[in-house]
Amino acid sequence: MQDLQRVRDEAMAGLAAAGDEAALEAWRIQYLGRKGQVLELLRAIPDLPADERPSFGQAANALKGELTAAFDERQQVVAQAKLAAELAAEGVDVTLPGRRPQLGRLHPSTQTLREIYDIFAVMGFQVYTSPDVETDQYNFELLNMPPGHPARDMWDTFYTTTPGVIMRTHTSPGQIHAMRDLGPDKPIRVILPGMCYRYEQVTARSEMMFHQVEGLAIGRNITMADLKGVIVEFANQIYGAGRKLRFRCSHFPFTEPSVEADVDCILCGGKGCAVCKYTGWLEIMGAGMVHPTVLRNGGYDPGEWSGFAFGMGPERITMLKHGITDIRYFFGNDVRFLEQFG
Amino acid sequence: MTVIRVPLSWLNDFVDIHDLDPIELAERLTLAGLEVEHIRWVGLNPSPRYHVPPERMDEADGLPWEQDKIFVGEIIRTERHPDADRLLLATVEYGGPKPMTIITGAPNLRPGDTMIKIAFAVIGARLVDPYADSYKTMVLKAGKIRGIQSEGMACSEKELGISEEHEGIILLPVNAPVGMSLADYMGDAVLEMDLTPNLARNLNILGVAREVAALYDRPLKRSQVELASLAGIVHPEEMPRPQGPAAPFTRIVIEDPDLCPRYTATLIRDVEIGPSPGWVQDRLRKAGVRPISNIVDATNYVMLEWGQPTHAFDYDLLVERARQALAESDDSSGRSLRSTPEGLTEPVLPTIIMRRARPGEKMTTLDGVERQLTTDMLMITDTLGPIAVGGVMGGLETEVNEHTRNVLLEAAAFDYINNRRTSQALRLPSEATARFSKGISPEMTVPAGQRCARMMADLAAGTVVEGIEDCYPLPQPSVQVEITPAEVRRILGMDVPAAQMRDILQRLEFTVEDVESATAPQGAETAPLRVTVPWFRLDVSIPADLIEEIVRVIGYDTLPTTLMDDALPPQWRNWALEGREQVRDLLMGAGLQDSISYALIGPEMNRKLLAAQGEPVYDALASRAPADALLPLILDPATLVRLENPLTPATDRLRSTLLGSMLNALAANLRTVGRVALFEIGKVYWPLPGELLPAEPEHVAIALAGPREAGAWLNRNDTLMDFFDLKGVVEELLERLGLLGDVRFEPAIHPLFGPKAAQALLKGRPIGVLGEVHPAVRRAFDLPDQRAAVAELRLAPLAAAASARQKMRPLSSFPAIKEDLALLVDESVTAEQVEQAIRQGGGSLLRQVTLFDVYRGKQVPAGKKSLAYALTFQADDKTLKDADVEKVRRRIVARLGQTVGAELRA
Repeated sequence: MQDLQRVRDEAMAGLAAAGDEAALEAWRIQYLGRKGQVLELLRAIPDLPADERPSFGQAANALKGELTAAFDERQQVVAQAKLAAELAAEGVDVTLPGRRPQLGRLHPSTQTLREIYDIFAVMGFQVYTSPDVETDQYNFELLNMPPGHPARDMWDTFYTTTPGVIMRTHTSPGQIHAMRDLGPDKPIRVILPGMCYRYEQVTARSEMMFHQVEGLAIGRNITMADLKGVIVEFANQIYGAGRKLRFRCSHFPFTEPSVEADVDCILCGGKGCAVCKYTGWLEIMGAGMVHPTVLRNGGYDPGEWSGFAFGMGPERITMLKHGITDIRYFFGNDVRFLEQFG
Repeated sequence: MTVIRVPLSWLNDFVDIHDLDPIELAERLTLAGLEVEHIRWVGLNPSPRYHVPPERMDEADGLPWEQDKIFVGEIIRTERHPDADRLLLATVEYGGPKPMTIITGAPNLRPGDTMIKIAFAVIGARLVDPYADSYKTMVLKAGKIRGIQSEGMACSEKELGISEEHEGIILLPVNAPVGMSLADYMGDAVLEMDLTPNLARNLNILGVAREVAALYDRPLKRSQVELASLAGIVHPEEMPRPQGPAAPFTRIVIEDPDLCPRYTATLIRDVEIGPSPGWVQDRLRKAGVRPISNIVDATNYVMLEWGQPTHAFDYDLLVERARQALAESDDSSGRSLRSTPEGLTEPVLPTIIMRRARPGEKMTTLDGVERQLTTDMLMITDTLGPIAVGGVMGGLETEVNEHTRNVLLEAAAFDYINNRRTSQALRLPSEATARFSKGISPEMTVPAGQRCARMMADLAAGTVVEGIEDCYPLPQPSVQVEITPAEVRRILGMDVPAAQMRDILQRLEFTVEDVESATAPQGAETAPLRVTVPWFRLDVSIPADLIEEIVRVIGYDTLPTTLMDDALPPQWRNWALEGREQVRDLLMGAGLQDSISYALIGPEMNRKLLAAQGEPVYDALASRAPADALLPLILDPATLVRLENPLTPATDRLRSTLLGSMLNALAANLRTVGRVALFEIGKVYWPLPGELLPAEPEHVAIALAGPREAGAWLNRNDTLMDFFDLKGVVEELLERLGLLGDVRFEPAIHPLFGPKAAQALLKGRPIGVLGEVHPAVRRAFDLPDQRAAVAELRLAPLAAAASARQKMRPLSSFPAIKEDLALLVDESVTAEQVEQAIRQGGGSLLRQVTLFDVYRGKQVPAGKKSLAYALTFQADDKTLKDADVEKVRRRIVARLGQTVGAELRA
């Protein structure tokens, strides 16, 4: 029995000292293994006097149970300590930069064009396109500007070497294309995005090439009040809710009445700043009711049908949104510029 | 768009605006369609609504004169500065507690001067710095010159921002009230308006005044007799017809009335040419016109005021020319002198003839340039030849000059389209053309001509000869338009009562009559109105024009905001657009930056693209359907769509491939960043034989250059992107569109590329190319001496795939078996052929073939290469046994042996 007590004391001391898996294993072999001390004690039972055997056997088995339990407990403690040490060793400087996937970005004009498509899609306007290289007939004549008409001076035109063929100065020729294609006798609701060209010196504020998005709605019951509704809706969607809109009388030969639409300056809220030239208003698009002559040229009876049209510049919208001050960045393809958006 | 400058002091001659805030006025005009771009303050103080802070006001904004710092002053004493010969000390009364002493060097003051009214600024006043190189304001500071303190300043026009004049100080009229703030005394503001081409009638003070009168419902002041005589006249037919002169002074012949419907002439005798009085010069300057001489100034003044350009000829020179022409014709007819029966010499009268120029005719315009004329230009001529380009510019020879005594004043009407063309053809934009080319009523000629003649006589001490020579072969028709309240409602979506319509139109000087109609009794709210357009409005001819007049006067702010309740048109899926944007998203997902470049290029672009080989790739598209053209299509620059009027030689034609601009973008970016991955979806322009317009297919371009991974501490991969990086992007794009299975790549021979180049064929039709740029081309584009890979693909076949639905393949729940297969093949055998053989041999159980190694070198005989594949086998209905796989494997090996001569590597 004294042996039992001694083995127990030694084993418990040894277990407490075993700090890693190897020491634990050695301890297990020493005490609980097939040639371990506890089994040695049990094997020694037949050598004991008969009256001691039962109680010794009981005590030895109890010791085996106790040591086994203690071992399991110690093993867990050691394993946890090991895991903790391992984890501690894996600590990182979390401020080091992460491994970034290489993703591309959309051109800021593309982003604005998509916004425009989405906003108008909800109102039932679909995208319709027409060519960049256009005839004088579609770009001017059918839009109520016969040759020599003074309003042609409003658009500085690139002429091609083929007589009667020009670079379109606006997306408005698409109105005629759309009416002739989708009509007659059917309502139309389309937007006409595309690249336009102007014979203009390239400066921070004007480009020889730029996007335009034209809108056209034709129906038996389309009014100028509807035009106002559509533009207000668009302005609120693209520039943020609560925009104030004003119409200014203007002139385009292909609309009558014609207006310019202004919103209160999105930068100063109408108080006046350098961007709105201290007027408090930003011009966002030209618009008007489709001129009867244009309706007729598109195949619609102006006595029965009416419609509105508008035109806006996505680059201008993008400049306002991002505070871009020089339009020349758009087609310069400098990735240091392009990577800033989206 | 045409800019006019309207001084408010001048506008006030015709409509009372003294009580209106200029900013409010500008806004009202702007909303009504007369856009006031800018207000220039010439002394007048802006209302608190003006937002530009004083220190930010520039030359265009002008200079308000501070009420408490700049006054009407009076010099009561002038003496020499005791210590400076050229300086004067002046004592000035200005309404302050005691007179102030100033030091001045003004050349228009002398010692002893007294009772001289001046513009006086006290210390602290903001003035224009007269010595600055460019416009700059300054605050007047106290200064001491040789011991004497100057307490203020006698201002020049320049210092007050009136003009550039800085020779002397402003001398005010003797009755100017001392102590009044100068702004109240003579402050003015100028509205700078940019008017649309339909507003020809408003390109003048009177025109703007009519507008203000209508908008504010105020009467037009008709103090000028010429204007008073027109009160209430609307129909052109009612306009007074002028009396001819008692004795004719010229004959007028209009040979081409279509280009010159009316010509009038007035004679002003005994003028003395000299400068105009100060008030005329001041108004002209404020309106942006340089004063020249009283006669020229009068024509400009009336043009600015009434909108009618006129022209002054030296009458005696015309008479002289007529005499000369007569002499020449007499010479040729053999007679010596033409005499009356009494033997007296008949007075020779000039004859003014309006006709198209004759072939080869020339004339020197008053700017001294000899002009070559063409037969579609309208000329003012006399019996000797051209004396003016009608409505564009006068001739040098008959111009008024310092010796002129008698002036023949022309006031005429010209066809606006022809006038615009002539001015453009001669590159002669003039103030006259800016007005004539937008259309001016022929009825304007008489009253404006009268006004001008009277002014010339007043300014130059001459007399107007009674009566006007008037030739008017093509009278202006009267225009009437009918309009109903229902039509106004149909277009505007707002009810405008007939009474309000009538009121607005009458304010705009239209006459309005009720019309009987079948549906509504005369005078009812729904009855149509018959509207007569006033003679000075050439821009109104249809009901829509009247609707605009009505709504712009009511104000667009009253227009309701409604949502369309018209029928929704049929909606459709726009697959072309959706497909394009899907391609864009896929390329963006592949790590590429979306870009847009100029479609305009110069001739050197295609030459650079062909740097490796001088010949254009395809000279014309005639032989080939555009849909099958091999890309990139590099045409002879001469065959591209070309601009007649390019801005620069480098942007004078349209690109036929995206790759030129792509390579430019690559080169520009590689100067600032190390790695560039770009794409563009844009149009190319292919001239089509026999077609007016080019084809404009959309293409996709891709460009890669620089290291495979952006340099970073974790994953440095400095290997340069190459052909296979590019091909990977293209394959991924095709795969995601469900097209890869139908696409084959074959070697491409194209001068843009080196040997690493491929053409992609979709079901046998070429859809694009990809490759590494030829070193010679890289040099031509100034690219760094390193790999660059570019591709150009047709968008249409890619976008078309967007609507195709990819069918799901069932997922097998049985285990897959993987096996490797290493093969030895001849160098000439392609990976495509090997994979095809493997797939053919593998049948339906072979699910995946992945090439994982290509090896040449030791253990591989020369002329051979080793390809190693990982094969995945799987069945949908059972677990494959080794024997099953072995059977398939044997079939694959047999197939490889038969078709590509492949041997298994041990």
